[in-house]
Amino acid sequence: MAYSLKVMDHYLHPRCAGSLDEPLQHIGTALVGSPLTGAVIRIQIHVDEDTQMIKAARFKTYGCGYAIATSSLLCEWLTGLSLEDALHIDAQAINYELELPPVKYVCSKLAVKAIRNAIRDYRHKHPVKMAS
Amino acid sequence: MAEKPVYLDHNATTPVDPRVLEFMLPYFTEHFGNASSRSHPYGLEAAHAVEFAREQIASLIGAEAKEIIFTSGATESVNLAMKGVFETYASKGNHIILLETEHKAVMDTAATLEKNGAAVTILKPESNGMIQPDLLEAAIRPDTILIAAMYANNETGVIQPVQAISAIARKNGVLFFTDATQAVGKIPVQVEHDGIDLMAFSAHKMYGPKGVGALYVRRKQPRVKLTAQLDGGGHERGLRSGTLNVPGIVGFGKAAEICKQEMAADTKRLAKLRDKLEHAFLQMEEVQVNGDTNHRLPHVTNITFRYIEGDGLMLGFNQKVAVSSGSACSSALTEPSHVLIAMGLTADQAKSTLRFSLGRYTKEQEIDFAIKAISDTVMKLREISPLWEMYKEGMDLDQFNWPG
Repeated sequence: MAYSLKVMDHYLHPRCAGSLDEPLQHIGTALVGSPLTGAVIRIQIHVDEDTQMIKAARFKTYGCGYAIATSSLLCEWLTGLSLEDALHIDAQAINYELELPPVKYVCSKLAVKAIRNAIRDYRHKHPVKMAS
Repeated sequence: MAEKPVYLDHNATTPVDPRVLEFMLPYFTEHFGNASSRSHPYGLEAAHAVEFAREQIASLIGAEAKEIIFTSGATESVNLAMKGVFETYASKGNHIILLETEHKAVMDTAATLEKNGAAVTILKPESNGMIQPDLLEAAIRPDTILIAAMYANNETGVIQPVQAISAIARKNGVLFFTDATQAVGKIPVQVEHDGIDLMAFSAHKMYGPKGVGALYVRRKQPRVKLTAQLDGGGHERGLRSGTLNVPGIVGFGKAAEICKQEMAADTKRLAKLRDKLEHAFLQMEEVQVNGDTNHRLPHVTNITFRYIEGDGLMLGFNQKVAVSSGSACSSALTEPSHVLIAMGLTADQAKSTLRFSLGRYTKEQEIDFAIKAISDTVMKLREISPLWEMYKEGMDLDQFNWPG
């Protein structure tokens, strides 16, 4: 299978790989996938509580080059985004940007699931105060 | 470093030895005759060349020339042996025994025979890849006609206890067929000493050309009979019709001759390089060698690098080092290797596994280069693997409830 130049670039030079050091209450984390299905993605986001902006995002991924590139691109996009905008990132945008072959759409779907779960985790720690 | 990637995938195929090529070339042009056209010098010349090659090949495996049937390759030889025996010995029985670690050619031929009425028993190996002879003996029934057990495995290099298997076959009056594609030319394979009745092998795994193989068919004690699978001009004593691939056969013969002469020296040199490669990888944590290391081809090693995914691992160095994950025949699919699964590896362990197979032209600096390229990739990918982090934190990943 031929890898696009963009996939190779992210694979060889992953952006935002690693873990966040901030106190846990400022971080949303998600772990998705399983070794048996071929990919496990962990995404962490550091959120500014006042602005609801993502200050930093980090990933660790077990998987093929596509899974690694997908996670890397997503974290690059997340940095500086509002939680609301981050929720609206869809898998198709990743497929398009990385020129993923259809059999690898599962990778972008998994990455999007990871960011949504990470946001849910953060919001679970910081319930939104309803206006009265 | 050379521009070309280091080739450590000799179990998939080998380059043609230049001495073999030189020997073949005149048979494409000057000596182009059809080996069946014995009425004129062109045909006779070709026929003599074929018979000379038959002698060279027979000599490598300790057989008689008449016991060698030329085919298009090991897959055809496997098909001819198994289907040919099944049809010929139908009155005696329909039960066939094979190992779970056989090559796809054997597995799929058995599956076809099963559809045509064969009863097939597939035996599980020990975790070291070797079959327990007791298990084999217990599987034999009055209607068993054939045991198919490969000589050496293409993925792990594990060598089966061939003499124990053939002794059981003999004792029970069952024919013993071995797919020796990876073994012939690499280690001493002797059909008499090993008690082999039928044996498939191929030129392109031993520095000969692609598209030519052989089936050894024992002619006495017992005399093995086969039903031909191709109809036509009755070449190869009626067992394999079709104009002989004279240049290919000539090259096969020369390749066999060179293997016979150089086997001992090649084996010694390659085992040393293979051990160097293996030891270097074993310096890393959570790396394991699959298969019995005492009964193994000298140029092969099969290594699992845990907590990183196989495709991702390959991508890191596959422009620099050519190896195979699982079996080359199925690497277009992402199915884990059935051989490693049979030996008890989990699917993800099997997928994190690489097969290295060295060859006649492998140099020590190429091994050093491969060690560095692959170790670097393994370390880099573990650095970004959540599984590696979890393992390092002491979690038991086999018990972990994955979110999916």
